[in-house]
Amino acid sequence: MGIERLQPGTVQHPNERKCSVPTLAELRAVTINELGDGIHAFVKRDCATCLLVAPVLASLVHASVVQTVHSQDDVGFPEEVASVGTVTDDTSLRRSFALDIETVPTLVRIANGEEVGRTFGWSIAEWSSLLQRDLVAEFGALPAWRPGCGSKNLDIGMPEKLAVTLGVTSVKSRRVELASAEDEHEAMYARGWSDGLPLVPPTEERVLRMLSGTSRRPDELVAIVPPDLVDCTVEKVAINAVMAGCKPEYLPVVLAAVEAACTSAFNAHGLLATTYFSGPVIVVNGQVAADIGMNSGVNVFGQGNRANATIGRALQLVIRNVGGGVPGGIDRATFGNPGKIGFCFAETESAGWGTLAEDRGVAKGVSALTLFAGEGPRGVVDQKSRTAESLIRSFAVCLRSVAHPKLPVGFDAILAISPEHLRTFQADGWDRARVRDELHALLQLPGAEIIRGAGGIDEGVPEHLVNATIPKFRPDGLLLTHCGGDAGMFSAIIGGWVNGVEGSQATTVEIDPWR
Amino acid sequence: MPTLLLDPTGERSVAERTQNDRPSSLEGLTVGLLDISKPRGNVFLDRLESLLNESGIATKRYIKPTFTKPAPVDLRHEIARECQAVIEALAD
Repeated sequence: MGIERLQPGTVQHPNERKCSVPTLAELRAVTINELGDGIHAFVKRDCATCLLVAPVLASLVHASVVQTVHSQDDVGFPEEVASVGTVTDDTSLRRSFALDIETVPTLVRIANGEEVGRTFGWSIAEWSSLLQRDLVAEFGALPAWRPGCGSKNLDIGMPEKLAVTLGVTSVKSRRVELASAEDEHEAMYARGWSDGLPLVPPTEERVLRMLSGTSRRPDELVAIVPPDLVDCTVEKVAINAVMAGCKPEYLPVVLAAVEAACTSAFNAHGLLATTYFSGPVIVVNGQVAADIGMNSGVNVFGQGNRANATIGRALQLVIRNVGGGVPGGIDRATFGNPGKIGFCFAETESAGWGTLAEDRGVAKGVSALTLFAGEGPRGVVDQKSRTAESLIRSFAVCLRSVAHPKLPVGFDAILAISPEHLRTFQADGWDRARVRDELHALLQLPGAEIIRGAGGIDEGVPEHLVNATIPKFRPDGLLLTHCGGDAGMFSAIIGGWVNGVEGSQATTVEIDPWR
Repeated sequence: MPTLLLDPTGERSVAERTQNDRPSSLEGLTVGLLDISKPRGNVFLDRLESLLNESGIATKRYIKPTFTKPAPVDLRHEIARECQAVIEALAD
């Protein structure tokens, strides 16, 4: 696909917090030191297996084989243990978190200040092995094996909450403290972070949750974001994705979009600065679209789908907040368009008609996005054509008007073909290549019609081209995609901004590298 | 617990919002008088307050807990909400 990729690297942020933040490894070492050598158990009352093994633990505590029993939800549990010893209170989950307990019951063996063994759930054989004690004679009446239950430090939202509470965090961005009487939504508007719509407050917990959507480290460099050319980390993208309303599983798509936008080929700086209508338009292909619930059908360019609405918005918030590109500042658009809040959609791939990503060199089935500098969609109405020959002429005459009917070559376009229109092409056996070739053939413009002054219109190409034939679109300037609702004999054109080296080149990147 | 948000920007400018331009006149404004808890700051502010009040200018008094630290965010917010200008007394 020929885009330059940044070398993997990290960013040492100039405002990185100077205070000492413990690492998870340090917290773990402290906890192991607190516990000391021996066997330590982790349980919760809300677990049938923990209830089952309570008499076993009581016997082992009584025999001084198990040193501590940590209860995650009730310091009175297990009663059997409390009657012969002490139940350790871990309702804060600090120790469970520090030792990364995933299941209860868990037994951890510590020797010489190191964890040397662990077993989870109930298996009389594994417990006997870890404890170096035959439990069968004493507890052979119990079932030989029972799975455990989820540890409470892994409850939904809890890992992020504990990381923040315990100060074990990998995020480095500056903390902005709000006054207690300050409305957090108004505070974000006042700081200029918003595109005009309300934002989800980017708390550390939410950002950590967002970061769980990618395997990339928070301090990895994603791109250098124009117009201010600021190093942008995965963490900064995650913060803006939170504000945009994204779910963590959308993050790889947002990261890929930021990567694509900041290539010199796509030229986000120029796109931002132009007085033209356009903004970034994201077309998503591949399994990821289904995985995250994107819309490619009814109302595909409209409201109502969270992934469609927030992924494009997140990209624009990165440009605004990290890059410093704000309307009236570097953004000099005469009109702009409503899609500049965010314009993102998926292609319908079930029709067996290939995909935009495949057209652009991505292997079949690979998730990818194509970023296009586009204006708002305009409608193409043809409710009469029942043959490909007729319908293609409708498309051509409408496509001729992109930017201006007398301006050729300089502007690309996306043609979004609806299911009812695609049916007409498929009935006549036209594939993507045929549709594109026929359009190019129909869009060879006679110089006499488009030179300056022709038709009484001063706009046009120089007069010396009067005898030339000039294509409306560059060979790769027409991007075909298939989407939209099942009913409606309409298609749509998304006109482009200036193309080529002086403008923007549609840019396709794979998404999986950002998962 | 104060609300802490993570800064979504490139962090090329200070997190605090910028000062307003100095007013050309104090007429009709409420002026905050902030004692930073340095000794005799109150003497200075008492005199300023009477001078301002004699000129018909409304005032409100505030005190920082300690001069050694920045004003708490709640105090800053309170002053910003209630006043259009603030005079901070450095004294000893």
